[in-house]
Amino acid sequence: MYDWIIDVLFWVAVVFLVGVYVSWRATRLDRLHVRVETARAALDAALVRRAAATLELAASRLLDPATSLVLATAAHEARTAGADHREFAESDLSRALRAVFDQPGFAGALADSGAGEGVLDELSAAAAKVAYARRFYNDAVSQARIARRKLLIRVLPLAGRAPLPDFFEIDDDPPEI
Amino acid sequence: MRIGIVCPYTWDVPGGVQQHIGDLAEALIALGHHVSVITPADDDAELPPYVVSAGRAVPVPYNGSVARLAFGFLSAGRVRRWINDGRFDVLHVHEPAAPSLGLLACWAADGPIVGTFHASYEKSRVVSVTAPILQSALEKITGRIAVSEAARTTLVEHLGGDAVLIPNGVATERYAMADPLPGWPGRGAPAGGVPQGPAGGEALGFLGRMDEPRKGLHVLLRAFEVLGRRRPGLRLLLAGPGDADDVVSRVSRDLRDRVVALGMVSEEDKVRAYHSVDVFVAPNLGGESFGIVLAEAMAAGAPILASDIEAFDRVLRGGRAGALFPVGDHEALAAAAAELLDDPARRKQLSAEARAAVRAYDWSSVARDVLRVYETVAFESAGVVESGPAVFRDGA
Repeated sequence: MYDWIIDVLFWVAVVFLVGVYVSWRATRLDRLHVRVETARAALDAALVRRAAATLELAASRLLDPATSLVLATAAHEARTAGADHREFAESDLSRALRAVFDQPGFAGALADSGAGEGVLDELSAAAAKVAYARRFYNDAVSQARIARRKLLIRVLPLAGRAPLPDFFEIDDDPPEI
Repeated sequence: MRIGIVCPYTWDVPGGVQQHIGDLAEALIALGHHVSVITPADDDAELPPYVVSAGRAVPVPYNGSVARLAFGFLSAGRVRRWINDGRFDVLHVHEPAAPSLGLLACWAADGPIVGTFHASYEKSRVVSVTAPILQSALEKITGRIAVSEAARTTLVEHLGGDAVLIPNGVATERYAMADPLPGWPGRGAPAGGVPQGPAGGEALGFLGRMDEPRKGLHVLLRAFEVLGRRRPGLRLLLAGPGDADDVVSRVSRDLRDRVVALGMVSEEDKVRAYHSVDVFVAPNLGGESFGIVLAEAMAAGAPILASDIEAFDRVLRGGRAGALFPVGDHEALAAAAAELLDDPARRKQLSAEARAAVRAYDWSSVARDVLRVYETVAFESAGVVESGPAVFRDGA
């Protein structure tokens, strides 16, 4: 005669377990979103730092005026580009840096001048960090996108109003410094 | 920076991953950073000052060989306490997909976590089954490093996402100079290039786990059956963990006295072993991501003959810094070895090329790149903190 109590307890348990599972999935998704945001902030910082290091080199009077102008223009474009144009401008900066550093003996001559070494170290680190930060960002985006495609996430509004993150695709091959 | 490094395999048994971690830690400490390494280790093991033991490891079959791993609540508790006490700016987990401390650390920590993937293997059923179990722990890794192109491919295929490539480092100067072991021919000083030492004769060398089929020792032994009969002065020098007597007993009776199996050797004797042979053979069958042994032999300037697996082909610059033979082919190995033994000029050239090629893998340049990864993931972060349900905290 207490059968109904067993039934009720059973359903309470089911609802509880489903709740725990859904909340775990939501936490995981939230963590992925946070990771995307953190990675994006690191990527933006790396890009800004690279542009700044490039401008510093362009303004250093260590280069000929034509080279300075190429670098300064590319760095300025990258820093001021709007969201639509950003990926192109940053790729152009990578290409400009490679074009400059690919000149025979360029890095060596700059390093020999003594004063250039600090700037070169900074630029080399900044360029490498752009490549790292972009990999880590895209890695986070791909995992967040996979998670967002799961049925449970699409049916229940677990993602809230967070926008679906986009990959950041640029040519980021660093120059050989 | 305060850096916490997690080693999945026991410290007492030498291996590529352990060596990688030790060298990386020392390079980072030399650059002025605070480094703590947690690893499975026997209680009475002698550990460097920067290494913390998480308790004994248990031998279990994993990824085609027997690995000594640490898992369970006791290990998990120790990892949690280490994370709590360490107040790290960044946590660096090695081989996080292995069922050991790395996975436990991912589970127990929140914050900037860097993961380095060492192994590479063909897609197997086992891995597909384990992927969902690993997923939620591996999702916490904010920056992934692969030590080779093959390791990166493995990672991308099994877990998706991407990783940056930072190859293993070699403490090249540690291997550059050494006297040959007593009674072995040796190659003299690096510049001297004396083709035959005081003991005379010829020698082939092998270094690696003798009891692990993937290292391909059996291919070399079969080649020696042919080669040893043709060249009466030729001897074989084997070093590495494993049952030495068992290996020697697998060689034909008449050749046995020319096969010397040293078993596990000290770091110092290992370097001398590289300098004791005319040709260093790396007959590995695969599953090798980089081959730290190969790079050490290169740093020692040993003329190298290696199987043409992808990783070796890349490190040896497509055959310029060491001769290659088709993987698993003992006849080709014997033929190529004979050719090298008859051609001292070619050996000298390979030796010089190898020394030059290995410079790109020196630890100082690797540590610099790894630091850049740390700085990227730790950007504006408050550091590594303990995570997970309260019931597990301060447990065990």
